[in-house]
Formats: sequence, C-alpha cells, structure tokens
Amino acid sequence: MNEKLRYWMLVLPALAVMILFYIWPVLNIWGISVTEPSAGLGNYTRMFDSNAVRVSFVLTFRVAAITTILCLLLGYVLAYTISNFATRVRPLMLGLVLLPFWVSVLIRSFAWIVLLGRSGLVNDALMDAGLISTPIRFMHNELGVLIAMVHVMLPFAVLPMLTNMRGIDGSYMRAARGLGASEWRAFREVYFPQTLPGVFSGGLLVFVLSLGFYITPALLGGGRVMMISEYITYQIQEFLNWGLGAALSVALLVATAIVLLVAARFVNLRKTFLERS
Amino acid sequence: MSNPILSVRQAVKTYGKFRALDAVDLDIREGEFLTLLGPSGSGKTTLLSAIAGFTALDGGVVHARGGDITPLPPEKRDFAMVFQGYALFPTMTVAENVGYPLRVRKWSKQDIRDRVRECLDLVQMGQFADRMPNQLSGGQQQRIALARALSFRPDVLLLDEPLSALDKKLRADLQWELKALHERLGVTFVYVTHDQDEALSMSDRIVILKDGAIQQEGAPGELYDWPRTRFVANFLGKSNFIEARMAGREGDRLIAEAAGHRFAVKPAAGAPETGAGCLALRPERIRLGRPGEQAFAGRVKQISYLGERCQVLVDHDVLGEVLVSQPTWHAGVRPEPRMDVSFGWDAEACVPLTDA
Ligand SMILES: Nc1ncnc2c1ncn2[C@@H]1O[C@H](COP(=O)(O)OP(=O)(O)OP(=O)(O)O)[C@@H](O)[C@H]1O
Ligand SMILES: [Mg+2]
Repeated sequence: MNEKLRYWMLVLPALAVMILFYIWPVLNIWGISVTEPSAGLGNYTRMFDSNAVRVSFVLTFRVAAITTILCLLLGYVLAYTISNFATRVRPLMLGLVLLPFWVSVLIRSFAWIVLLGRSGLVNDALMDAGLISTPIRFMHNELGVLIAMVHVMLPFAVLPMLTNMRGIDGSYMRAARGLGASEWRAFREVYFPQTLPGVFSGGLLVFVLSLGFYITPALLGGGRVMMISEYITYQIQEFLNWGLGAALSVALLVATAIVLLVAARFVNLRKTFLERS
Repeated sequence: MSNPILSVRQAVKTYGKFRALDAVDLDIREGEFLTLLGPSGSGKTTLLSAIAGFTALDGGVVHARGGDITPLPPEKRDFAMVFQGYALFPTMTVAENVGYPLRVRKWSKQDIRDRVRECLDLVQMGQFADRMPNQLSGGQQQRIALARALSFRPDVLLLDEPLSALDKKLRADLQWELKALHERLGVTFVYVTHDQDEALSMSDRIVILKDGAIQQEGAPGELYDWPRTRFVANFLGKSNFIEARMAGREGDRLIAEAAGHRFAVKPAAGAPETGAGCLALRPERIRLGRPGEQAFAGRVKQISYLGERCQVLVDHDVLGEVLVSQPTWHAGVRPEPRMDVSFGWDAEACVPLTDA
C-alpha cells in the first residue's frame, strides 16, 4: 500500500501538469469544435465540404510522405556509413547528426531562409558562378518547405536506423559472402531485411512529426504552402474562426491516430517511441 | 606429401607495427582434419580469414588446387566457413538458411529442396526446417550452421571455434558428430580452437601457433610425445622441465645429467647434445615409490584428486617442484602430504627441447 502511495506521489506532479495544461485544453478544443459558433456538427460538415481544407490535407500528407521518403533515403546511407565504415570518425559523425537538436527549429528555419532567398547565399553563388541568370525560386513553394523539412527531420530518421544497424553483427555479411553471395547480394538479402525494423521506426517517426509540423512550413512556405497546422492557425488568428479551427485540429489528431494504428501492425511502437538509446 | 589442396606461403599480416601473421607457411592435405591451435591472440582467426578471403594479406600468397587465389574475394573461393557466433540469418527460416548457398548458385527449386532435406537429416535437424534461428538452442543453431556450410559440398570447410559457446557436455557430443561428419563426407576441415583437448581428440594434424608464427606441427600423438619447445610442451598437456647437462651420445642414445644422476634420453633433431640443455618430462611418465625405491628422493607437497587420476606435487632439493600424475587406483604408493617418497622414470621418458 505504502509502495503504491509513493508511486502516485512521484507520478502526480507530472500527471497534474499534463492534465491541466494538455489534456484539459485538448478536451476543450473538442468541445469548441461542436459548440462554436452554434451547437452541432456544423463545423465538420463545413470542413468536409471545403475545397481549401481538402487541398491543405492533401498537401500536408504529400509533404509528409515526400519528407519521409527523402529522410529515409538520405538517413539510410548515412546510418549505414556511420555504423559500418567510420570507426575513428564515428563520434564526430554522431555528434554532427545530433547537433541540430541543440539549435532551435526556429533558428534553423531562418537559416534556410538566409540560404534559399531570392538573393540568398545559394542563388548568389549560382549566379556568380554563371550557372544561372535569374534566381531560382527556392522559397515560398513546396520545394523550399521540403528542403528545410528534410533537414529538420533527418536526425529522427537516422537515430532509429543507427541503433538498429549497430546491433547487426558484421559476421552475417561475411557469412553470406563466404557462402558465395556477392557483396551487393549479401547486402540485399541478408543485411537489408535486418534493417527494416529501423527503417519503419524512423519512417513512422518522421511521418507523424511532419504531419503536424508548423514552424518550418510556415516560414519557408511564406503563406503560400499552407499545411494543415498553419491553416488552423490562420483560421483562428486571422478569422477568429474558433469552431472550424478546432474541428480541423480534431481531424488532424484523428488522422495521426489512424496512421499510428495502421503502423502498429508493422512496427513495434513501444520500441519506436519509448526505447530509443 | 600428396599435392596439398591449399597452401599458404610466407603469409604476413600487420596491424600498424604489430605482426598478426609472421611469415606463415602451411600446407593442407586433401581430406584431412587440420587444427590450428594456439592461445588467444596468436593469429588463428587471422590465418583462417586470410584463407577464406576476408582478410587481405600484406605479404605472401594462398594457393588452392587451381592456382593463386590471393586476389579473389571470399565468394569466389568456394570454401565454406562456420563462424563462432554461427551467423545464421535471422530473417530466414532454417531451411532458407541451409538453402542459401544453393540459391546463390542458382540451383533449381526442386534440387534445393532435396539437398536441404538431405543436409538437415545429416545433422539430425530434419523436423526443424520451418523454425526461425532464434527459436533454436545454441547446439541446434550450431548444427544448422554446419548444415548450411556443407550444403554446397565445398572442398574445404573452415571452422572458427565453432563449439566455444556451448557447454562442456554438448561440446563433447558435437565433437564426436563433427568427427563422424568429417569421416563420412571426406571434406577437408580446417578447424580453429584454443582448447587443447579438443585439438588432440579430433585432429589428424595439429598446427600450433604463437605470436603469429607456427611453432610446430604434427599428428596429435607426435606433438604430445615430441614437443620441440617449452611452449609446445606446456600448451599441449602439462610438462615438467628439467635443467640438465648434456653429455653427448652413447650409441644411439643421448646421455643427460641432472641432480647427480645420469640417464638416457632419445635424441631430438635441433636440440643441443652437449652443454646445457632442457628436458621435458610428462607428469604421467614419472613413477612414485617409497624412499629409496627410485632414483630421486623428494617429499610430497600437495595432492589434488581429479577423479580417475590424481596429481602429486613433489619437492626435490635440486629439481624443485616436480608434478607427478598417476591413476587414483593403483598398486603403488598412496601419497599423503608431507610424506617422504622417491621418484624416477624410464629411459627415454625425457624429451630434449630446442630452446634450452
Ligand atoms: N582489425 C584488427 N586491428 C588490429 N589488430 C587486430 C585486428 N584483428 C586482429 N588483431 C590482432 O591480431 C592478433 C591476432 O588476432 P586473432 O583474432 O587472429 O587471434 P586469435 O588467435 O583468433 O585469438 P582468439 O583465440 O582470442 O580468437 C591479436 O593480437 C589481435 O589483437
Ligand atoms: Mg579467434
């Protein structure tokens, strides 16, 4: 009994904060979505009828999906290199992967603006080199959002894959080659299947985080690439349309939950979110 | 010697300044069970993986029947290797694991199925075909690793301490099975171990490595009876070392003097025949007797019973501590601590060593 009391005493403060500042507001949002401006499911019917909402949702899923795929491709190569080749520089490379975590997303996104703007570093360099005559539009379009999103999300893809790959002993590849498989074949048939859990974990993490991401798309999209979280802000801040904004938040939450539910069939969620080293 | 199936010439492998292999010459005969034996860090794995093609040599060549294979990658060498940790592919079933080398070699599905069944039966694992490797015990995994390596009938099977992760009883069983498989299939086995008993009981020939160089090679009995160096005498079994003065030949025998006694030893190539010398003397070649019965007088210092045998440590004024091993049940003296005894040995029990 005493044990139990101590347990609750330890958990209580955090639980109180969560309930007061997170769960309670979320429930309120759900409430607002069916009461503002008038009681009923009016917000939801409006949401489903709205073309703009549909466009925004499609855009959100498209950006999240492309970001995930690019992060997985880049991240796989990076994780593979770090875990199999870099022996002396491994700590350095790991540090570089983790470095972005120590700089706020806001600052990193502004940094991309400096780089990608009309007269940003990239365009200036390309023009000075004579490769292009007019600046390329890197910003305020999907390309810019994608570039920055991939950069922000890359560590989330790399870390689960790295953990997974470092647990794979080199003797599997050697055994396969000793039994007659070429290097490429051994990689494809023996190594790659063993890395799939890490790929799924990393992919899921990036996808779910990307769905609700706000800062980077808002800054790099410049109001023209409106992903769902920015759309919600827009409704509430510009139009004071609390009801529709709340309904959209609920829709985003439900969409994310569905993604997780589907993913749970393929991925060990506990491992993905709770047991990363 | 008949044409070797594999030969290594002047193999050198360095890691920085460290020489993991130091001018190793080795011939492996077709169909033999050859064991590479040596202490940890002596270069056994390095030599094996140089043969398999995983380690690139810094000098020297590896020849197989057809010719120089030094530049070939492992998959082109057609040897099979069994790793210490088994390295069964965790995403494939037992049957897929065993069939993997055949799939790589583009066998037909039917042929693969037949051969896999045959190989699993060979290691008595027929009913486990559809399990995943992590559903098997260590001994079972070992058997599957063996079946997988043998499935494509390689000329040479390379085994790196395949039994070292298993407990003693299981090891003994698998040693017998391995030996039986070797005799049945006629495949050449190159076996790495640091366990001298394993080496002695299984091999046709043992190669003893130390610090990346071959110390001595020969049949198990030959090595045990005729060690050339202190290292070999001590590494294969136990040995007493007697500092003696060699007094030249008398007929075909060599005379040695130690602690005021003269006795005959069998000459050994390379060992000094005059002047200071060192003799190796196996504990089981020494007889104990009551005081006065044997040539040397001593006093029992310590006794340890090992079941069927018992070991007696006897103190001698000049020779120091002498280890004697005798059957626990026998007609002679029953030694007790602090008992005065005498001890001696037959002519030719001592082997002169080259590194006096
Ligand atoms: N990649 C490497 N880099 C540096 N040194 C190495 C490397 N691989 C092996 N060595 C060194 O080479 C020596 C021989 O190693 P090897 O693995 O062949 O020993 P071994 O006889 O198989 O020992 P064990 O019985 O412990 O397996 C060791 O001293 C080891 O430290
Ligand atoms: Mg080894």
